[in-house]
Amino acid sequence: MSGDALEIDDLSHSFGQRQALKNVSFTIASGAFTILLGQNGAGKTTLFNLITRLYNNRTGHIRIFGVEMRADPGNALARLGVVFQQRAVDLDLTVRQNLHYHGGLHGLSSSEAKERSEAELQRFDLAERGDDRVRELSGGQVRRVEIARALIHRPKLLLLDEPTVGLDIGSRQTILDHVRRLCDEDGIGVLWATHLIDEASDADSIVILHQGEIKAVGAAHTVCKEAGAQTLRDAFTTLTKDPAAEPAPA
Amino acid sequence: MSAESEASQRRGRATNFLRAADVIIRRESLRFVQQRGRFIAALVRPLVWLFIFAAGFRTVLGVSIQPPYVTYVLYEVYITPGLCGMILLFAGMQSSLSMVYDREMGSMRVLLVSPLPRWYLLICKLMAGVIVAVVQVYVFLLIAWFWEVEPPLYGYITVLPALLLAGFMLGALGLLLSSVIKQLENFAGVMNFVIFPMFFASSALYPLWRVRESSVLLWQICSVNPFTHAVEMIRFALHGQFDLLSTAITLGCTLLFLAIAIYGYDPGRGFMQTRR
Repeated sequence: MSGDALEIDDLSHSFGQRQALKNVSFTIASGAFTILLGQNGAGKTTLFNLITRLYNNRTGHIRIFGVEMRADPGNALARLGVVFQQRAVDLDLTVRQNLHYHGGLHGLSSSEAKERSEAELQRFDLAERGDDRVRELSGGQVRRVEIARALIHRPKLLLLDEPTVGLDIGSRQTILDHVRRLCDEDGIGVLWATHLIDEASDADSIVILHQGEIKAVGAAHTVCKEAGAQTLRDAFTTLTKDPAAEPAPA
Repeated sequence: MSAESEASQRRGRATNFLRAADVIIRRESLRFVQQRGRFIAALVRPLVWLFIFAAGFRTVLGVSIQPPYVTYVLYEVYITPGLCGMILLFAGMQSSLSMVYDREMGSMRVLLVSPLPRWYLLICKLMAGVIVAVVQVYVFLLIAWFWEVEPPLYGYITVLPALLLAGFMLGALGLLLSSVIKQLENFAGVMNFVIFPMFFASSALYPLWRVRESSVLLWQICSVNPFTHAVEMIRFALHGQFDLLSTAITLGCTLLFLAIAIYGYDPGRGFMQTRR
């Protein structure tokens, strides 16, 4: 098995004439927490749709623990957990029913699905809400159910597309802490896509995506150093500045 | 790899397929049971036609003896297979609507990123919808029995394969539509362009010879409408008879619609690829 949880190599994608991703390449190491930073429209969701095979990649390579997505999608997807930007759990079913459903989709037996659901509910402090319909939960709790759902088949790579959108500061922090613990305790590789710079910490790996192109990859301090900036925010601003908006040199 | 471990891997894979089918069908059934409004609406629609529309028309519209009937039949008896088809048609479209909604919301994405082949997941989803719809048809037939719609008892068994096939065809049509409809807002228009023409330009409400008397063009349209053949297949099956032509056409349309829908959901070639 390859040491990299995710390997993106020279990936491009277009919608008609418009190129959404241009020669994107980066890797995520096993157990690393990686932040994919980009403004709205940078191409983060397109990249997620390609990694999860909602779209097929026509160029480049996507490998999950060394398994090529195009060649063996079943095997690659089995190692992957995904939390989409949109809500994916069923509001009319209970939390447990949702988790059992997702366990079954990944081939878990009924007893395995039950056992793992209970473990995930405990981990995400949701055990008491297990028999409530998802509709009755708060926004933060629903996001935690989404993450528990994505972990039910024990993937070694977790993708999260803007998982804290619409949440208050407290809920955002709780979810961020939970996912960071997954990296530390279970060695799960995480790709966390966001446009909120304050969700990144100095210890994280950073990938900056702008207008479909990778602008920087590396540890937060390396990205800052290379951009000649003191903070990640400044580095991001520098790297994503529209050249057309700059004043002409004297 | 030894032959034994290969065989065990194959068994494991087959078990995964069955488990996925089990949870997809179970989820659809749970959703249906919990949405009681949907169940009642699905039943009220054909019952209104049976109790009110048919009562009004029975005096105006005579139905002469025609296969599979061996005597004159009440108009209620004539339209019952059409109303069974109506339940399946609405269920197919409802399931299509929920797929467009699910895709916008994300739960369809979750289904599609599970590690089983996409064609299999789509067929499971289709099968789940058909099972729920067929249960509705049986509840409708039970109520209709008290309204003098009394097919032979064995007809309730022989109609089952016909209902499943017709349900598959209409569900596959819904699946096909859901793969090409980009947004939920576009759905209402498609419903008007699909459900109503399909239902009214068919043999569901009037025998085709009656239609031919009033308009040859309309008769030709009704004759090529797949819904007509689904209804005729159900009509014959409800009386313990097998109609080869209608069954063959329904089966052919099912395979065609399903193939296009699976193509539409294919990540490499389908309609999703060009969509943001």
